[in-house]
Amino acid sequence: MNFDLTDERQMLQDGLRRYLRETVTADLLASATGSDIGQSEVLWNGLAEMGVIGALFTEDQGGFGGAGFDLALVFEELGRVGAFEPLLEMGVLAGGLLAELGQEGIVEDIIGGTVRVAFAHAEPASRYDLSHVDATATASGDGWTLTGRKSVVIALPFATHVLISARTGGSTGDTSVISLFLLPVDAVSFRDYPLNGGGRAGELDLDGVSVPKAALIGSEGNAWDALERANARAVTAISAEALGLMESIRTLTTEYLQTRQQFGRPIGKFQALQHRMADVLIEIEQARSAVINLAGHLEADRVTRERHVSATKNLIGRVGRLVVEESIQMHGGIGMTEEYALAHLVKRLTMIDHRFGDTDYHLERFIRLSAA
Amino acid sequence: MDLNYTDEQKAFRAEVRALLADKLPTRLSDKVAGGKRLTKADYEEWHAILNARGWLAGNWPEQFGGTGWDAVQRHIFEEETTAAHAPRIVPFGLAMLGPVLQKFGNDAQKAQYLPRILNGDDWWCQGYSEPGAGSDLASVKATAVRDGDHYIVNGQKTWTTLGQYANMIFCLVRTSKDGKPQEGISFLLIDMDTPGIEVRPIVLLDGEPEVNEVFFDNVRVPVENLVGEENKGWTYAKYLLTHERTNIAGVGFARAGLASLKRIAGLEQDGDRKLIENPLFAAKIAQVEIDLMAMATTNMRIVAAAAGGQAPGAESSMLKIKGTQIRQEINALTRQAVGVYAMPFVSEALDEGVNAEPVGPAYAMPATQAYFNNRKLSIYGGSSEVQRTIISKAILEL
Repeated sequence: MNFDLTDERQMLQDGLRRYLRETVTADLLASATGSDIGQSEVLWNGLAEMGVIGALFTEDQGGFGGAGFDLALVFEELGRVGAFEPLLEMGVLAGGLLAELGQEGIVEDIIGGTVRVAFAHAEPASRYDLSHVDATATASGDGWTLTGRKSVVIALPFATHVLISARTGGSTGDTSVISLFLLPVDAVSFRDYPLNGGGRAGELDLDGVSVPKAALIGSEGNAWDALERANARAVTAISAEALGLMESIRTLTTEYLQTRQQFGRPIGKFQALQHRMADVLIEIEQARSAVINLAGHLEADRVTRERHVSATKNLIGRVGRLVVEESIQMHGGIGMTEEYALAHLVKRLTMIDHRFGDTDYHLERFIRLSAA
Repeated sequence: MDLNYTDEQKAFRAEVRALLADKLPTRLSDKVAGGKRLTKADYEEWHAILNARGWLAGNWPEQFGGTGWDAVQRHIFEEETTAAHAPRIVPFGLAMLGPVLQKFGNDAQKAQYLPRILNGDDWWCQGYSEPGAGSDLASVKATAVRDGDHYIVNGQKTWTTLGQYANMIFCLVRTSKDGKPQEGISFLLIDMDTPGIEVRPIVLLDGEPEVNEVFFDNVRVPVENLVGEENKGWTYAKYLLTHERTNIAGVGFARAGLASLKRIAGLEQDGDRKLIENPLFAAKIAQVEIDLMAMATTNMRIVAAAAGGQAPGAESSMLKIKGTQIRQEINALTRQAVGVYAMPFVSEALDEGVNAEPVGPAYAMPATQAYFNNRKLSIYGGSSEVQRTIISKAILEL
């Protein structure tokens, strides 16, 4: 066993940490959310130039990483600074799916940062069920007609393209009819809005949108296996992001306990708070191990991989809530304020339990997968 | 032992319900139920309705224009008004300052301020906490120095809830540095329009400017605005805090929150069932409901003792901790219930008469906001840590 980073990954981590510390300021995050696109183009282009998008893809796909530990490394660093550039949506999800389905041309542009593909999959009634697709694609003339609605499509206002899942037959929940369609973003209409935790998303209305035959990615009804694998990689990424957020929250809170004076001493001298902070530390170490477990099992057989997906996301959800609530509480009033650095981090960490399945969803799923 | 209300108490409950059915504007109850933003005018409207019925000051004696209700009546009123989604009664003048003036104020102060509180002429806010005096309130540093017929006040107060609406503030100020910190504090009433006062909003995690910082720069306050004796302010402050802690359990809020949680969980689709049918989620709802059932009785035991004349002491610390845990758990479950639609944040959708549609179900965004906002419950009014220290000292004698 060896838990050390390889030399290449160590270099990437050092460089990325330094770049993000220098670049991602509170002002940059606030102005990104306040802008029409909801993101920082400077940051996105900077990450692309550093090769960070490429680190999410294997050499075969045109990148130079792509393993679970590459994802974990990149997203932990993004989490540490509370960045919300859509590397997960555009790199891991849309990019990963396009790469797996043999779209080398566009993947090259994604890695270069010039093409930005949002991923529109979840729907108003799907909650966290990956297989729930109500949107339909029907063959019409030379192409397809897409009908349905996609909810909380993250970074849609920043996208040049959108990758949409739709059923080409069957009924909702039937995984053998899920297909993917790639469209330029100006082919669809949507309403966009800001998000808790930063960035913008859109509600996508597909009201009989006609698309050419070539919009279908791969062959009809072939997307499910790739979709489930991409989802596992996305859970790895977001869990690592949560870990980075937790580490920064822990640092802020510990510093506060060391410096805030009440009753004539730093509040960190009170044993009641010391013990609770010690518990927070233990749980964050558990979270780190859970991320390592998942990152190391992405290439395992399906049941093993998916058990780790659910185990890790469940644990991250539980620890995330503990870290959020204890850090606010130990800060007292200042922890309630939007202006203080903690606010953005706790909101982002809280919202992670609202993506790719929450604590309960994955607990139930873990039980089911374990019984199989 | 009898867990039933008396006939008089039941009749009183019916009277409260009748008033709510007749007089609570649907416009207001819809806003409260929907988690919309309440304006200053909304609060004032509801205060005026209650005042017209003589029911605004639930914990004042009749001689001052209050209801003269006992603790059980106050509890019934609270329970019914929260269940009906009435706006809360803004506590600073009515629940906090009023009782202090009645006990420690002079005749001129009672005559001047109490009717103005009832009539809505003054909106009071609380100047207690400072950047360096939170849990350790006795370490307040804002000073008041006597200069002829005035005090000159300098310093800063913070976490001043709804201070942006207030024209008056009651403050703890330091008038002496001798002896223990508690011994040099005075209780001063200050007109917010006095030159030298600046109010700056503080935006909280839910995006709302609910609290403020208040700065005092050589603010001249007439000496007749001192309540009671100089350097005795700590006694009055503690008396006020015991009133702040009435209804501290928040049983009514918890019940309204639980009802809303069940409604939302009954609407949210979770695979081929509703979320409320998900055994894991149903168990969590049941768990918090069971806790609430017991806590409501703990609350009633203390309410009954208070109605019998016992002043609630450290027991209110117990109620605050347990009540807060239950309300925060309900908030967390409600946030969890709304799923992916916890993420959109469309601030304009909280305003009345604005054409900003919510994203997803209308209940989703307020659920996230309430979760973040109610993290304050375990921080303000004496944090849960401070309450535990009170219990371990006053009840356990540790």
